[in-house]
Amino acid sequence: MQKMKTKIASIAAAGLLSLGASSTWAADDTIKVGILHSLSGTMAISETTLKDTMLMLIEEQNKKGGLLGKQLEPVVVDPASNWPLFAEKARELIEKEKVASVFGCWTSVSRKSVLPVFEELNSILFYPVQYEGEESSKNVFYTGAAPNTQAIPAVDYLMDEVGVKRWVLAGTDYVYPRTTNKILEAYLKDKGVAAEDIMINYTPFGHSDWQSIVSDVKKFGSAGKKTAVVSTINGDANVPFYKELGNQGISAEDIPVVAFSVGEEELAGLDTGPLVGHLAAWNYFMSVENDANEEFIDAWQTFIKDEDRVTNDPMEAHYIGFNMWVKAVEAAGTTDSEAVQEALIGISVPNLSGGYSAMMPNHHITKPVLIGEIQDDGQFQIVSQTAGLVPGDAWSDFLPGSKDVIADWRAPLSCGNYNVKTGKCSGQNYE
Amino acid sequence: MLLMLANAKLWAAAEEDFARGLELINSSKLSQVKQGVDRLIASSDPRARIYLNAMLDSNLYRHTKEKRLVMLVSRDGSKVIVADVNDASKTEELKKRRVKRVPINNRLRGDIKAYLASKDLSDESSSVRKAAVQRLLGDIGELELGLFKQRLEVETNPDVKYLLESGIALDKLANGERFEQLAAIELLGESLEPPVRNSLNQMAESGPEELQALAAKALAKIDDKVAFYAFLEKVFFGLSLGSVLVLAAIGLAITFGVMGCINMAHGELIMIGAYTTYVIQLMMPNAIGASLIVAVPAAFLVSGLVGILIERGVIQFLKGRPLETLLATFGVSLVLQQLVRSIFSPLNRSVETPEWMSGALDINPVFAITYNRLYIIFFCLAVFALLFFVLRKTVLGLQVRAVSQNRNMARAMGVRSEWVDALTFGLGSGIAGVAGVALSQLTNVGPNLGQSYIIDSFMVVVFGGVGNLWGTLVAGMSLGIANKMLEPVSGAVLAKILVLVFIILFIQKRPRGLFPQKGRAAED
Repeated sequence: MQKMKTKIASIAAAGLLSLGASSTWAADDTIKVGILHSLSGTMAISETTLKDTMLMLIEEQNKKGGLLGKQLEPVVVDPASNWPLFAEKARELIEKEKVASVFGCWTSVSRKSVLPVFEELNSILFYPVQYEGEESSKNVFYTGAAPNTQAIPAVDYLMDEVGVKRWVLAGTDYVYPRTTNKILEAYLKDKGVAAEDIMINYTPFGHSDWQSIVSDVKKFGSAGKKTAVVSTINGDANVPFYKELGNQGISAEDIPVVAFSVGEEELAGLDTGPLVGHLAAWNYFMSVENDANEEFIDAWQTFIKDEDRVTNDPMEAHYIGFNMWVKAVEAAGTTDSEAVQEALIGISVPNLSGGYSAMMPNHHITKPVLIGEIQDDGQFQIVSQTAGLVPGDAWSDFLPGSKDVIADWRAPLSCGNYNVKTGKCSGQNYE
Repeated sequence: MLLMLANAKLWAAAEEDFARGLELINSSKLSQVKQGVDRLIASSDPRARIYLNAMLDSNLYRHTKEKRLVMLVSRDGSKVIVADVNDASKTEELKKRRVKRVPINNRLRGDIKAYLASKDLSDESSSVRKAAVQRLLGDIGELELGLFKQRLEVETNPDVKYLLESGIALDKLANGERFEQLAAIELLGESLEPPVRNSLNQMAESGPEELQALAAKALAKIDDKVAFYAFLEKVFFGLSLGSVLVLAAIGLAITFGVMGCINMAHGELIMIGAYTTYVIQLMMPNAIGASLIVAVPAAFLVSGLVGILIERGVIQFLKGRPLETLLATFGVSLVLQQLVRSIFSPLNRSVETPEWMSGALDINPVFAITYNRLYIIFFCLAVFALLFFVLRKTVLGLQVRAVSQNRNMARAMGVRSEWVDALTFGLGSGIAGVAGVALSQLTNVGPNLGQSYIIDSFMVVVFGGVGNLWGTLVAGMSLGIANKMLEPVSGAVLAKILVLVFIILFIQKRPRGLFPQKGRAAED
């Protein structure tokens, strides 16, 4: 079933590609930039926007005169929400199209699928989405949030400011929620939360019947202690979840839900009534008030020719990642991937929340963490913001396995998972 | 004289609080707004209610240039229509960026709601009073206690009266004399309110020794009741899940069960029904409640027509070749999905829930029935009854049954089997569309909607026995209940797997399902 879809999609993509290629085939002295986002299938909802963001950023850069005197040329492929196809398409981009770097992937599975390809061919991938951490590759630059730049500050906010004593960790059953919840559970226990005050629940992808789970949450939350739900529920399963919360009379003041996968884009197509007051933690909100952000929003809405289109966190991550890459290429004076990889570390560019983000030696970036409450117009009211920037941590300090592991891609260490206790670098093995 | 003077002073203070409060909430800073709300609450001014309610509904906006407060009436693209706060008829149209919402967060919402609840204690409607007491019950301080005592003197509704007494008893339980505590336990033993249960729990664990046993006894009594309602709740959840399964499967029970045609595009017909609901809502934006009712026949027609097209265009040429039918209809399902993606975009569409379908019917504090689920159970039963009637009591039904039992004989009797096939398929597809209307209220309306229900639908039909409507109903309901009974024990993921394993084993034992067809028709 999936295969057949893939086939159709790849035929369509091939058609598109040949069209795109024929229009620009004469341009020989361009720098190619690969865009690896699903344009069909289940993830198309989120990823199509990122493709458009990249096209906009590249267009703007070209207007400014391109890069190293050359124009940038986007190469768009469609991996069709099919994880193995991501690897094939990545190889196509690097080997056949000879792109200088790739911006792409959304789900962790797709990233894991392309990882060996990027490492084998020593290319560069910018990954713009929040993820579970526990990884640092020489060839991947993580511009989204790691658990410590999203989940942990959110829990801190609930604990310190809202006074939450009882925790429901609810997630979709796959690697990101499982790892994040493991980290959070360890963190909460570390903070003295008793085991009976933590409830963990997993549901399948696209779960739509939330009655029993919401009823359980309600019972769990009626024990007299302030309760919150930390949700790593993915994608559109959130809609029936919030609806059910509303129907069963649980409001955000009683049991707030803080989500890590619900942003402006997801809220855009929603009846936001039952969601008002629930929280989300990101490194960027469209409602951030500063000039850089307003410029970005204007540029985006003009580019996409729609005044109602929203911006979101992964878009900002691409904005940061793309600007970092441009700056690094300029610094290195070449698009050679080895040189750019080296130049990228330490590069610092403005982000959209009014500060500067820097690329760390572990290939993660520094970001502010914002907590927002959902408003009825699908925007966020920012209720808390970390005082400074938080550097992304590749290896969580709260998991027994990764406590002693660090990543540092600068010479002489040049290692993504160096164990400080044993003094060993266990190679690029991420299983 | 002195009293009057004091009163005047108080009044002046309240007036100042009110004015200053309004000034403060006219701000983009949350901390200032909070001070403003505190002032408004302190003023206890009846006019403050309008502002606070508007804040709760996120309708209170500030004119950024003229620095005045306005009430949002409606949004229209880049324009907004706002009204004067005190006079809803004075409206004006402004640019969207000209107004900014008065910020509010959960803590403020909590404060405002608690304040409004304390005012609601003297509301005319007993249900509003009840909700207000319930809201205040969780955190009883001096102020609430005073309000409760005051209200109790005039309260006539027995439910509200009992709640007020419980509130006072809760205070006695914590701070009263021994004999008061004993009486409190006695009284609270009848209550199902969560705060009561928590207090008793605390008392049973760490209270004075002679009270511990009594509190534990009262608690056990409450827990028995809670367990009973929890069971009822599970049954309701199961029936609701079951009715969704039946709705999704019943169209298939006709096309697959009666006609013997494997239609992999059945899920997409459901999806088309859901999208029809969306389109109808777009056409009648001011009557969301009625749009849902209009959507039912509309979805039946649209999906039914698409179904007839599929039957005439594809399936009739593949009669007797089930494998090819399967592949061809699967192809059709992909085409339909892509069609919807092209027309409506791959993004999910938002179908609004009308007022009468949101919320829950509170039977008691531990058992509430959500309206949307309740209506869908009734809807499912109605669709089932109607379909049953059509198949049993109408000419079409007679012909459908005749063709499905013995095509050649039916044709010999003058039944136009081709025509019956098309209509049967249309009927099954139309019912799928109707299911789509119901599902649009429960789940996401997107191109993948159908895929998530096709497996479940086949499962129900096969389990119930092919060709038997009663089988589909019983199978759907029992699978729903089994799933919901398992879920709290095993988790949602495992529950689904267990149900699937059970069906596989069951089919091994009884390949023809729960209610196998009997007679010669079943032999071939």
